[in-house]
Amino acid sequence: MHIPDGYLGPASCGIFYAVMLPVWAAASRIVKRTLKVRQVPVLAIGAAFSFVIMMFNVPIPGGSTGHAVGGVLVAILLGPWAACIAITVALVVQALLFGDGGITAIGANCFNMAFVLPFVGYYIYKAISYNAPLDSGRRVIAAGVAGYIGINIAALLAGIEFGLQPLLHHTASGQALYCPYGLNIAVPAMLGEHLLIFGWVEAIVTALVVKYLQKQSPELLEEREVA
Amino acid sequence: MKLITKLWIGMGILILISPLGLFLPERFKAGDAWGEWGTDGIKELVGYIPQGLDKLSSLWSAPIPDYAFKGWEEKGLGSLSLAYIVSAIIGILVTVGVVLLIGKLLSRKE
Repeated sequence: MHIPDGYLGPASCGIFYAVMLPVWAAASRIVKRTLKVRQVPVLAIGAAFSFVIMMFNVPIPGGSTGHAVGGVLVAILLGPWAACIAITVALVVQALLFGDGGITAIGANCFNMAFVLPFVGYYIYKAISYNAPLDSGRRVIAAGVAGYIGINIAALLAGIEFGLQPLLHHTASGQALYCPYGLNIAVPAMLGEHLLIFGWVEAIVTALVVKYLQKQSPELLEEREVA
Repeated sequence: MKLITKLWIGMGILILISPLGLFLPERFKAGDAWGEWGTDGIKELVGYIPQGLDKLSSLWSAPIPDYAFKGWEEKGLGSLSLAYIVSAIIGILVTVGVVLLIGKLLSRKE
């Protein structure tokens, strides 16, 4: 889901940077108010986890590959604003050092994976696990469902961003200037593969880690102030 | 053992087995992620390289492109795996460093 340089036109790239700047500013402001010193190591390991889990490319035999993001997990543990910062750092390092995701697309990739994904996942987790005891199985289910839906909404958005490009930018003869596939191909491709395969990877990873933490350190799952 | 130590051990294991992210796609003949093709790949798919894409795609030259060392492209999966693991370590060190710095600036004492 890492959109490379060249797939989005300048307007789309600019818009997503413009959207993300105030989001990053709000995240800094809110995290500054809520993040405690003892939570910083958890934030660091959350960002590291997100970074490495994205390296686990899962194949669709004979087709494409994809991966989990781990972002819903970070949001469950530290809240969506802190997750936004952690995943943004992972995505920027991936783009700058490893060319994974374009530098012009950092705004769009962060919008999908560092903003929408953790927020959607966080609120779904909150809704399903409402009032559940810390050791409840409902929290594990909630984590899985939140991971699945969070990554699929992000994939849908990436599909829309790809798919809008041929409408926005083409030559007089109709050749695309950036991503050549329209909404009718990009959206089913991106959403379909995440609904079928990669969404389940995110769901299982998120649910398993929450289950592990319930045993090891349930206080990490305690409700806390978000904003 | 403290939980954070256990989690970092888990992270170490993930780093060591990260080449699975190389092996499995290779084994199951899976290509690039959707929408992440290089210019050659896109020419094969649609018959031409979109002009804007062609220009922008070479905008940034990453020091460790695709988690592989430059000049190692033709080496076997063993070397690529080593590069993948080293990339994971470098990436995690930088990510953790940046987050700790941000955390130091943003966090508050209890």
